[in-house]
Amino acid sequence: MIAELGLFALWLAAALALLQSVVGLASWRAAETPLATLVKPVAVVQGLLCLISFFSLMWLFYVTDLSVLLVASNSHLDKPMIFKIAGTWGNHEGSMLLWVTILTMCGAAIALFEKRLDKETLSATLFAQALISLGFFAFLLFSSNPFERLNPAPPVGAGLNPLLQDIGLAFHPPTLYVGYVGLSVAFSFALGALLTGKIGPAFARAMRPWVLLSWIFLTIGIAAGSYWAYYELGWGGWWFWDPVENASLMPWLAATALLHSVAVLAVRDALRAWTIMLALVAFAMSMAGTFLVRSGILTSVHAFAVDPERGAFILGLLVIYVGGALALFALRIGSVREGKQFALLSREGGIVANNIFLSVILAIVLVGTLWPLAAEAMGDQISVGPPYFNRATVPIGLLLMIALAVGPMLRWRTDDGARLRRLIVPAATAVILCILLFVQWPEAGFFPILALALAAGLAVASLLPLVGRNMLRIPLMTWGMVLAHFGLAVSIAGMATESGWSSERLAAMRVGDEAKIAGWTVKLDMVKPVAGDNWVAIEGRMAVQRGDDKEQMKPQARQFFDPVQQTSEAALLTRWDGQLYAVIAPVDAQNYDRWQVRLWWKPFVTLIWYGAGLIALGGLLALIGRAQLFPRRRSSTAESEWARA
Amino acid sequence: MKPKHQRLVLALVALVALVGAGLLAASALREEASYFYTPATLAKAEVAPGQAIRLGGMVQPGSIKRDADGVTVRFVVQDRDAVQNVVYRGITPDLFVEGSGVVADGRLANDGVFKAESLLAKHDENYVPRELKDIDMTAAEHTKDSLAQ
Repeated sequence: MIAELGLFALWLAAALALLQSVVGLASWRAAETPLATLVKPVAVVQGLLCLISFFSLMWLFYVTDLSVLLVASNSHLDKPMIFKIAGTWGNHEGSMLLWVTILTMCGAAIALFEKRLDKETLSATLFAQALISLGFFAFLLFSSNPFERLNPAPPVGAGLNPLLQDIGLAFHPPTLYVGYVGLSVAFSFALGALLTGKIGPAFARAMRPWVLLSWIFLTIGIAAGSYWAYYELGWGGWWFWDPVENASLMPWLAATALLHSVAVLAVRDALRAWTIMLALVAFAMSMAGTFLVRSGILTSVHAFAVDPERGAFILGLLVIYVGGALALFALRIGSVREGKQFALLSREGGIVANNIFLSVILAIVLVGTLWPLAAEAMGDQISVGPPYFNRATVPIGLLLMIALAVGPMLRWRTDDGARLRRLIVPAATAVILCILLFVQWPEAGFFPILALALAAGLAVASLLPLVGRNMLRIPLMTWGMVLAHFGLAVSIAGMATESGWSSERLAAMRVGDEAKIAGWTVKLDMVKPVAGDNWVAIEGRMAVQRGDDKEQMKPQARQFFDPVQQTSEAALLTRWDGQLYAVIAPVDAQNYDRWQVRLWWKPFVTLIWYGAGLIALGGLLALIGRAQLFPRRRSSTAESEWARA
Repeated sequence: MKPKHQRLVLALVALVALVGAGLLAASALREEASYFYTPATLAKAEVAPGQAIRLGGMVQPGSIKRDADGVTVRFVVQDRDAVQNVVYRGITPDLFVEGSGVVADGRLANDGVFKAESLLAKHDENYVPRELKDIDMTAAEHTKDSLAQ
């Protein structure tokens, strides 16, 4: 019953999307038509229906209704409750439903909250948003129906991949999806503005909070995913340049560039065409990512479904939307007048440099991600891994850091370079640190040393916009920028120390053996069997010691039953100067007197995620700073109205 | 600068940057992309020792041997027509067993042994290394434990 309700709500929402596209088109063409009053309610109701549909599916997972195919093939009666619920989006159909739900919620949010955009552009935007929804409704209903029944119902269910049974995974996909799909708003805004031709500061100010919001979610989602991979996979790495990771990184790069260029458009009315282009590219990257992940074309723990029909469907949608958007761009951009001029040495110039470096990194990641597919089409099987990505992106990333230190010091429009003298302090910090590091740890490698030194310089430089100003008068948005830039420096420092200064030790240990790593002594005290709800494991008890600092670590090698699979649960010990990371595994199935133990000492690795947190927090401050400008104005009119009454 | 000029200059800069990115990507790809081989295609191809490649096939039954240090493992990867010796130091992936599919990233050593730097085993239905899907395994193993049964 609930399944049918969910499906019905989905069909109804799809019908409303069709209605919204017609009404949106009509009211954009003639703003005075009575239909125009319909477009907003339709968008809101459509979002609500999708929400009902999504909660129906969640309910089915909650009660483990095994007569529904999706639940039966992805859930299990014995699974812990939180993972039963999170299992709603731990599979292809469910995660696509979540995708569409967020998409329509974005449409509803535009209808409810967008007050700054002019009526015409708003109608055109909702028209575009409805067109996107339609395609993905079709995809869900015709090739990925989450509510399909199974007859007869099986007794227990097939279970969820144990790697996905993790609390981090319960929240990582929804967060990332909000970011991913939130970019559809920027896309629709850009299309709307292209249709009406009203591209200017007002448009940019309206678009900016939406971009900021999805960018914050993307940042958090990527950081959370990276930490999950770090502790759950037990491989000791935090970024693998896996195609799915790249699929989330590419929209982030585009959104970061967009975030900066939209600021130029809002403040200075320059970079019109470029900003529109970036808005189109950002969501195109989201859809490309969805295609890569959902088509099963890639090897990945994320690729739930291997189904060529679905892949072809998403590819078709991708081609239609991106092709259509680019065609519209080509047709209309000639009529968009060029924005205001600026000198090369100016804040705008700095942001252009930022945009170019980010785009170059984006292009490199895109080429590396798609190349294996292209090569396979030509008959070669190749894989493109970390060596390629590191080699091609790291140098550009370092250039980006330099641009990032300089940009905020420049004035809008034109700059005489006088304030650049202040950069002597961070530059000196970087150079001196670089020399010291090379003398002390030449074995750490060229790029880690350079990156760490530049990160230190950038950390200092990012604070310079605050120097010499009244701290209380600095706008929240400036604090946001400073915090985000400082966070990037922190994050890069963590990446640099992790890649240059980590130590690793691999040993086969008997109970009672000791291993030494980076000042720590690790003693394997005992190995004992333990059991959980749906798994059994061997657990190592390790006494670890560094000076007076004593602690116990308990890594596990788990065996899950349904589906049968082994995972290793790494043990992590966090100290201010880094993390000790331990993994245990049987030497082989017959031999239980020795255990393979893999240890890493990763200095300051946590800075990577703390930095990402600061970046997101900076974004949040900027968003609040923007929002503050409005309630104040609104409440003053409300006050005057109240006074009149 | 005249208005038309600045837009043109910016477009050119963007174009140059993207072409630069393409060139950088192409050169890095040429040196860092690793080609996929099965033992049979590896035997025919002339792969220089030290070049990064990927090797995929089936772990030959009875071939897994562990060195005395407990962390080095030696095994043979086979397909229908050929075999390849592999050595790996580290924790083997879950479900790395004889007769299962495996994909190894690594390089050929001078003595002709493949030194694997990482191993991907054919885990479960949700995570099949892409290269293994098309390989004709000489022995069927790990039958699908899917719901249909």
